[in-house]
Amino acid sequence: MSNFPSNEKALGMYRKMYTIRKYEECLYYLFLEGMMPGSLHQSTGEEACAVGMLYDLRTEDWMATTHRPAGHDIAKGVDIKAMMCEMFGSEEGCCGGHGGAMHTGDIRVGAMPANAIVGGDLPIAAGVALSNKMKHNDNVVVCFLGDGATNEGSYHETMNVVGLWKLPVIFACENNLYGANTSVLLSYYAENPAADRAECYGIPSEVVDGNDVLAVNEAATRAIARARAGEGATILELKTYRHGGHSRNDACGYRPDAEEDFWINQHDPVKSFRKVILEHGVISETELEAIEAEIEKEIDEAAEYAKTAKQPDYDSATKNIFWEGK
Amino acid sequence: MIMAKMTIAEAYKQAIRNEMLKDDTVFCIGEDEDIPGGMGGSFTVTKGLGEEFGANVAIEGEDGKLHLKGCDDVGYNRVFNTPISEIVTAGLCVGAAMHGMKPVADVHYGDFLFCMMDQLVNQAAKMCYMSNGQVHVPMVMRAPVGATSRGAQHAQSLESFFCHVPGLKVICPSTPYDAKGMMTEAIRDPDPVMVFEHKLLYSGKTMANAVGEVPEEDYTVPFGKAAIRREGKDLTIVANMLMWYRAMEAAEELEKEGISVEVIDPRSLVPFDYETILASICKTHKLMIVHEDHYTGGWGATLGSYVAENAIMDLDAPIVRLAALDTPIPFSPKLENYVVPSTAGILEAARKLAKM
Repeated sequence: MSNFPSNEKALGMYRKMYTIRKYEECLYYLFLEGMMPGSLHQSTGEEACAVGMLYDLRTEDWMATTHRPAGHDIAKGVDIKAMMCEMFGSEEGCCGGHGGAMHTGDIRVGAMPANAIVGGDLPIAAGVALSNKMKHNDNVVVCFLGDGATNEGSYHETMNVVGLWKLPVIFACENNLYGANTSVLLSYYAENPAADRAECYGIPSEVVDGNDVLAVNEAATRAIARARAGEGATILELKTYRHGGHSRNDACGYRPDAEEDFWINQHDPVKSFRKVILEHGVISETELEAIEAEIEKEIDEAAEYAKTAKQPDYDSATKNIFWEGK
Repeated sequence: MIMAKMTIAEAYKQAIRNEMLKDDTVFCIGEDEDIPGGMGGSFTVTKGLGEEFGANVAIEGEDGKLHLKGCDDVGYNRVFNTPISEIVTAGLCVGAAMHGMKPVADVHYGDFLFCMMDQLVNQAAKMCYMSNGQVHVPMVMRAPVGATSRGAQHAQSLESFFCHVPGLKVICPSTPYDAKGMMTEAIRDPDPVMVFEHKLLYSGKTMANAVGEVPEEDYTVPFGKAAIRREGKDLTIVANMLMWYRAMEAAEELEKEGISVEVIDPRSLVPFDYETILASICKTHKLMIVHEDHYTGGWGATLGSYVAENAIMDLDAPIVRLAALDTPIPFSPKLENYVVPSTAGILEAARKLAKM
């Protein structure tokens, strides 16, 4: 590969990807054990999108995400323990137990509270970009969406204004081929629901292998540079796949076995990148295994901590309906 | 104190302009905010602000064609003329507000708020709560309401919808003094504020007494404090916007008949000043509630139940509620006047209640 990153960056990206993978796995088992309340929309299989898009951002570059936010949050730097506590509804959670799995975030690291209305985050991300433009800084916003969001009215209203006003946003459409249970084939007439429709809004686009973290990162680098230079938005359509179902109770009976085999077994973003960094001699396998063990330990400890983390007092229920100040 | 006589529309404009002069983070956004040769929103409130503070516009040049101005870098504007796209207009406000700006947005007609309901109800109202105070949304959304012979989709009074959403503040100023003071308060407020403005009160043409003296100086009218528009001892009428003007007309008539009516304008629906109303009931022991919003689920229903829960022993008669009938608002002026509470209707109901 022509632009292979420094060893430090390659390993840094792998660390993030492995953390996301293991975090989601840990949650999966906690749910199976009946330990955790609510539902769960997991990002397993989409780690390269999160890390490739967000690895080079500054803290002041905000990130907007969806009902499937864990990977994005981890990649943006939200604390694992605070995320895990949030999953248990603890007051020690990143949203004090007010948010839960679909609203995690930490604005101190630029991770906006995740948005569980499909397409809901798009105009809001544009608003943050407008604010950056009015403040005359060169911060950018990365806004994640799924393929399903491209058929929402909010998508088209947002893209129209973002294109017209050249707002510094990068839209990362994770096209995982299904909007909940419904195939993109039932939702859009052609192959690339985000990229195909970008041109009519005057927004450049790229279709990218969303399971190749280096390809995602290179596309993100180009888009971020354009936005910082005042040249406006980019739409990146990242082709990827959920390893699991849409949500906790979805067994994915609608997906062909061959399709699952291709994406999950032959094109796994974490395993592929692991192979790449070992081949490039970034690190020895023994050293990498030690790092992986360290990540697993961190996640296990966060989960153990979260199980008994403090539950909120009842008076928390009526806090922050209106802002109570910092 | 230097005072100036002005309309409600002028008072709103003065409040917004003053805040824009003082605070760089305040900006206006919406359809037709200030298009050269245009109206300035539907009701003139934002006219001139784009010219003064910078806006994206198309202006006729010497070649007789339209030329764009303020479009190369919109970041230098303080007034944004949007396409007819309610979702992104509201969403831009939510995002910008979360990022430290103070957007003041509007729609031509309040009815169009329904096109942006997700952004108002799921986003603006819930961001502070869901994030447990990590972010907050200091935005203002202005919405003209009230029936004016334009049919069912340009006529609704929508205040009660939004009172049902925790996280939104809801106000309905209806004098020039309150318009300036409450708009200033709304812009400075750290949370999303829905401002409902009655179309028939903007200019003083329909209600001559809707024009009034406004201090030139900086002042605010705090939310959650009702205004006693008229003191009385026999009967309390709680009514907002156009309806309290009609209640005042009725009260003047009743005075001649020896019935003394207290008229209270809540001004702010969220937060709501129950105390002033309970204190009035302690004095008059009779309560009538009038609003142009529909009867079922209207804010008056909540007020009525609150009084029943907390002060029923102070009442000498059942609570009387007048509201728009539960029909879409018809176009025909004759039917519209029948559906919306009238001065005559208030008078008749008040007379009956006074005798109970």
